[in-house]
Amino acid sequence: MTQHTKVLIIGSGPAGLTAAIYTARASLQPLVIEGEPSSTSDQPGGQLMLTTEVENFPGFPEGIMGPELMMRCREQAARFGAQFLTEKVNKIDFSARPFQAWVRDQHFTADSVIVSTGAQSLMLGLPEEQRLIGHGLSTCATCDGFFFRNQEIIVVGGGDSALEEAQFLTKFASKVSIIVRRDVLRASKIMQERAHANPKISFVWNSQVTKIIGDSSVTGVELRDTVTGATSTIAVTGVFVAIGHRPNTDLFKDVLDMEDSGYLITKSGSTYTNIPGVFACGDVQDHTYRQAITAAGSGCMAAIDCERWLEAQH
Amino acid sequence: MAGNIATLTSANFDETVRSADTPVLVDFWAEWCGPCKAIAPVLNELATEQAGKLQIGKLNVDDHGDIAMRFNVMSIPTLIVFKNGEAVKRLVGAKGKGQLLQELAEFLPASR
Repeated sequence: MTQHTKVLIIGSGPAGLTAAIYTARASLQPLVIEGEPSSTSDQPGGQLMLTTEVENFPGFPEGIMGPELMMRCREQAARFGAQFLTEKVNKIDFSARPFQAWVRDQHFTADSVIVSTGAQSLMLGLPEEQRLIGHGLSTCATCDGFFFRNQEIIVVGGGDSALEEAQFLTKFASKVSIIVRRDVLRASKIMQERAHANPKISFVWNSQVTKIIGDSSVTGVELRDTVTGATSTIAVTGVFVAIGHRPNTDLFKDVLDMEDSGYLITKSGSTYTNIPGVFACGDVQDHTYRQAITAAGSGCMAAIDCERWLEAQH
Repeated sequence: MAGNIATLTSANFDETVRSADTPVLVDFWAEWCGPCKAIAPVLNELATEQAGKLQIGKLNVDDHGDIAMRFNVMSIPTLIVFKNGEAVKRLVGAKGKGQLLQELAEFLPASR
């Protein structure tokens, strides 16, 4: 049986949920296919589901927990009539209208589509990662930090995510070493100041992790100095990877125009993709800003672009 | 208790897991873990649909860390399947219902 909707929104982070609020309020009865639970960042609610305090989203002077912010956005969208399906779209066909999407056997058609599938954590790309994820290797500090009480661990990365994770992990770990590829951090000044002021945090500059050591769980890592080429080994029981994200666009390969990095291409100043009636918003099409508030802003743009486009079809 | 999820504690863990006549799926979770909360509705559905064929129990790692340590739980959510009191399968990380059912298929009697 096929379910038809005027607006199909794929993904439910700040972008998708803001698009849902606006299209719902425009009486377009959007259907949000929000994804499946996962311990990576590719899940309902998006990347903020894996953080703790969000201090830079406007409107919350005391800060707000990531999952709580997303829950409130979802409630807001539901209040105005957005429908949700907690499943993952595994196939699409945008070659003709109405646009089509599948969740296993379930078939959906839509007059318009808003793609807001976001991005997920990059891994280091080392062969031993598959084996060690969940056994000392993690991309979710809030899920796994608890298990490293009084242990020495590392965080790999130099941006706000890495520093935020490191800061959080000092609640449990005895020592957190931040492995940074260059000799500067990408992170915001305030996060850098906090990290430097934290006695449990130390920095290892100009270094890359070349191997994660351990059989049934992590016991250490091999590092390579990016300047001198010298290698060293340190004994740690936890490795948290926070080196960046890759957009979730595998589903749209050869259908939607995208850059080599996978980011969807939208017409400058709008959310239009190369297919009229398909719009993209949030991190899936943004490799410059990648903030919850910019994602939410572009979600609103997508809803308005979508609404006006639908109007113009009549 | 068909269809309900058991709350496991350090005190009742061994008894519950050993005396079960069906496989037991133990969910190691905590209040502050987003993905743990995300799979809670999935587990509730499973408990109802598989009542009599699979028992589901939840163990809060904050309150009963000794059990988590005993099973080397290092990441949550971790789901461990117990059969006749023995840990026979471990799943790390949140998963959708479809994937979970696939992983549990070998422990459930064949249905449709």
